Amino acid sequence: MSDSQQPAFSRRIFLQHGVAFVSMAATAPLFIQNSARGIINPWAALLSSQPGVPEDHVLVVVQLGGGNDGLNTVVPYGTDAYYKARPAIAIPQPGKTQGNQQGALKLDEKAGIGLHPNLSGLKELFDEGVASIIQGVGYPNPNRSHFTSMDIWHTADTGAHGHGWIGRYFDCTCNGTPEPEGEIAIGRDSPLAMQGQIQKPISFESPELFRWLGDDLSKDGALKQPYQDINRAGQLQGVDENSQLGFLTRTALDAQLASDRIRAAVAKRPLVQYPNSQLARQLQMVGAMIRDGMKTRVYYVSMGGFDTHANQVGSHANLMRQLGDALNAFHKDLKEQGNSGRVLTMCFSEFGRRVAQNASGGTDHGTAAPMYLMGDMVRPGLLGNMPSLSDLDQGDLKFNVDFRSVYAAVLEDWMGAPSDKVLGANFKKAKIMKA
Amino acid sequence: MPISNLKPLERDQFDYWKAVHLLNRAGFGGTPAQARALANMGLEEAVDYIVEYEEVAAPAVGADQFDKDIMRPANEEERMEVEQARRSGNEAALEKYRQERQMRQAEDRRQIGEMQKWWLKRMIETPRPLEEKMTLFWHGHFATGYRSIEDSYHMFQQNQFLRANATGSFAELVYGIVRDPAMLRYLNNDQNRKEKPNENLARELMELFTLGEGNLYTENDIKEGARALTGFNFEDDAFVFRPQMHDTGNKTILGQKGNWDGIDFCKIILSTRTPSEFICWKLYRYLVSDLPGDPDKDRQAFITKWARTFRDSNYQIKPLLKTLFKSDHFYDQANTAALIKNPIQLIVQAIRSLHTPARNLSALASAADLMGQNIFFPPSVKGWDGGRAWINTSTLFVRQNLLIYLLTGRRPESYEWEADGRDFDPIHLIAHLKEDAGEAAAQPTITDVVSYLLRFNLGAEPHDDRVKALVEFANANGGTVDRPMLIGLLSLIAAMPEYQLC
Repeated sequence: MSDSQQPAFSRRIFLQHGVAFVSMAATAPLFIQNSARGIINPWAALLSSQPGVPEDHVLVVVQLGGGNDGLNTVVPYGTDAYYKARPAIAIPQPGKTQGNQQGALKLDEKAGIGLHPNLSGLKELFDEGVASIIQGVGYPNPNRSHFTSMDIWHTADTGAHGHGWIGRYFDCTCNGTPEPEGEIAIGRDSPLAMQGQIQKPISFESPELFRWLGDDLSKDGALKQPYQDINRAGQLQGVDENSQLGFLTRTALDAQLASDRIRAAVAKRPLVQYPNSQLARQLQMVGAMIRDGMKTRVYYVSMGGFDTHANQVGSHANLMRQLGDALNAFHKDLKEQGNSGRVLTMCFSEFGRRVAQNASGGTDHGTAAPMYLMGDMVRPGLLGNMPSLSDLDQGDLKFNVDFRSVYAAVLEDWMGAPSDKVLGANFKKAKIMKA
Repeated sequence: MPISNLKPLERDQFDYWKAVHLLNRAGFGGTPAQARALANMGLEEAVDYIVEYEEVAAPAVGADQFDKDIMRPANEEERMEVEQARRSGNEAALEKYRQERQMRQAEDRRQIGEMQKWWLKRMIETPRPLEEKMTLFWHGHFATGYRSIEDSYHMFQQNQFLRANATGSFAELVYGIVRDPAMLRYLNNDQNRKEKPNENLARELMELFTLGEGNLYTENDIKEGARALTGFNFEDDAFVFRPQMHDTGNKTILGQKGNWDGIDFCKIILSTRTPSEFICWKLYRYLVSDLPGDPDKDRQAFITKWARTFRDSNYQIKPLLKTLFKSDHFYDQANTAALIKNPIQLIVQAIRSLHTPARNLSALASAADLMGQNIFFPPSVKGWDGGRAWINTSTLFVRQNLLIYLLTGRRPESYEWEADGRDFDPIHLIAHLKEDAGEAAAQPTITDVVSYLLRFNLGAEPHDDRVKALVEFANANGGTVDRPMLIGLLSLIAAMPEYQLC
C-alpha cells in the first residue's frame, strides 16, 4: 500500500467500526476532524449538557398539508350552529351516530367540545396529560391559497417573504457556521421553514435514497470502494481548503458520515409497534434518530391529503385515524426511550376550512384552525377558546391566537432562543408550556 | 493570480481545453466534437460565434402550445353574475364559481409544469446556448415567482421578454421589467396608487435590480420612486398606465427633482455609475468566480475596468460579454473549474457535453427542485443565492444520483422519476483519442482514456490521485474500454466533489 492511500484506509476502518478516532486525528486536516467529530460523536453534547439546559431539547414539526378541517377534528358538538352549517358532514354528538358515523370523543363536556372519533390515539394522550390543543390559531388577513398560506406559516411572515423560521432560529444561534446535523426533514421536499441563510436541512424521503445510488449499478459492488475512496479521502494534496473545491470536499465527507449515521440509526427496530401509514413511518424514523442520540434539534415530517373539497367524510376519517395513531405510537416510543420529556411535537396545517359544508359533501379553504402539541412539557388540555361559529368573517372563523405567538413560546421556552430576533418582531408568547 | 486588466488572451493560447471552458461558461458545455470545432475557429471567431447568436437559426418557440386564457380575469358580465349570486345568497351558484376557479388554478399549475419542461428542453437543445444561459441569469436577477402570481402565461411572457433582451441592452431590460405584468403583480405595483403608494417595486428596483443594497439611495428615494411608479399597472396580459392612479406631483429621486414617472425613475438610476458596477459584479459571480466574500484586489480591479466599458457602451451586454470571453483573466487557471454549477447547469451540461439521453423532462425539473433551483419558482425576489448555497449534504446526493440517472436511465426508487430504457453510448467521447493517436498507433491506453475523461468532465488537469484511483478501478475490472467500463468511469467521475465545478 502506498503512502497516499494510507489516510483513506485508516478513515475507512474508523468509519466502519467506530474506533480509531486517534489515528484519524493524526492524519486528517483540522477541519475534517471537526466535521467528523460533530457527526460521529453525538453523545458528547448530550453527556455534557445539564438536565433542563435546552441543548438536549428537540422539536418535531408535523405538517398537515392541504388545510385540515379543524371543525371536524376538534368538534364543537355543543354548538347548534355547527350542525346547521354541516348537515351532511358534521360529527355527531358523543354517544350518537349518524349512519356509519360515530359520535365525537368527549374532551370538555362543559364547553361541548370533543375529538373526531378516529382520534382515539390522541385522546389517550390527552387523558395521560401529555397533549394539548390550541384552538383558533391563525393570522391577520388570511390567505386562502395553499402555496401562499403555507409559505406564511413557514416564514412566519404574512407577506410570505424571507427565510424559514426554523432556519432563522439556527442562523441566530449558530455563530456563523451551520450545524451539520441541526435539522432533518423527512419527505420529498425540503421545507421552506428549515431554509436559513446559513443553515440548511438534511432532507431525505427514505434513508435508502440518502446515499449514492451508483452502489447498485454492479452486483459485486465494484463501484462502491472507489466511490468511498473518492468521497472520504478528504482534501487532495495541494488543494486550498478555502477554495470552492475545499468546501465541496468537506461537504462530501459530511454527507458520507451523515448518511452512515442516519441509515444506521433508522435500521434499528423500534421499541414499540408503529402503525402502517406514511406519517407513522416518518415518525418511526425520527424516533430512531432521537433514540440513537443524534444531535439534531429539529425534525420535520409531513402528511398530505387534507384538501377535502368533496365527499370528505370517509377520507377525513382515514386521515384522522392515521394522525392519531401515529402520534400515539410516537409518544409511546419516546416514553419507552425515556425521551418524552425532551421532545416537543407540534402539528399545524396551513389553514382550516370554511364553517359551512359545500355542495359536494366537502369543505373549501378556510382560515383559523387548531394546532396540536405533544410531550411531557406541554400544558395539557384545551387551550384558548373555540372561535365563534356565529360571529364569522365571510363564512370563516376569526382567529384568536396568532401562530407566531405559538412559535414565540416554542422558541423562547423550549429552544432557548430570542423569539423577537428569530421572528423579526415581538409576539406575546402563548401559554403552552407547563409552568 | 488572474491579471487585473482586460487584456485579451494571446491568440495562440486558445486551444481545445480553453474552448471547453468557453463552452461551459458561456453555455452549458458541449461535446468533444463541438469543442474541437470551436477551437479550430480561433478565439475571435469562436467568441463572436457564441455571442452573435442571432446568426444561428433560433429554435421554434412553440408558444402556441400554451393556453393564455386559463387565468384570464373575469369580464364585466361574469363579475356581475358572481356579484348577483353573492347578493341573493345563491350558495349553489357561488359554489359553482368557486369550483370553476379551483379547476382553473389546478390547470394553470399543470401548465407552469409544462413550461418548466419546455424551458429545460430548450436549454438542452438550443444551438444558441448563451441566449438561454443569460435568460436564466436574468430570471434569477429579476426574480419573479409563480406561487405569488398564479398565472403561468405571465411567467411565460416574462421569460420571452428576458430572452429577447438577454444580451441586448440592460437599460431596455430595466424599462421593460417595470412594465412587465408578472413583475407588477409579484411586487404589488398593481396596488401602487397615488393615495396609497406601495413601495415594493421601487425598493427592489434599486436594492436588487440596479444599485445593490444600500448603494447610493436612501429610504426617501424609495418613497419618491414609489410615487413615480404609481399607475404602472396591467390589464389581462398587457401593461397599462393608469393616469388616475398616478401621482403627478414633483418627486426628488437621487437628488433630481421633477414630475417623474416610472421610466424617468429608471433613467435617473441608470444615469449613475452604480448599476454597471453592481451588474458586472453579479455577472462575474455567474460567469467567472463565485468565491464567497468580496473579490480580491486583482479581481476587483478587473471588475471595475470591465464595468466602466459597460457604462460607456450605454449598458450594451454583447460587447461586455465579448470582452470577458476574450480576456486572459477569464481563462486564468484560478478561474477554471472553480465555479459551482447551479442545478440547471449541472443537468444541462451533463446532457450536452456527454450527450446522454435527456430521459424524462419532468424528472429533470423535479431533480432541479430537489437541488434547490425550481425554475419559475425562485425562493424570493432575491432569486437564488448561488455559489456555496447550492451545496449541502442532501443536494450533493441528489446531484450524484441525478448523474447516475442520466448515465444509466436507472430510476432511483421513490424519486418518482420514471425509469428510462434508452442506452447512453459514451464511445463518442473518446473516439478522437484513437484518431489522434493515428491509424498505425495502438489503442489508447487506460491511462489515456481516464486522463482525458477526467479533464473533459472536470474542466481542469486531473489530480494524480484521481487518475490513479480510476486506472486501478479499470484494471481491477478487466481493463477493457467498453461501454460498461466507460459508464462506470463516468459514474465515479460524476461523484467526485470537483465534478460540481465548471
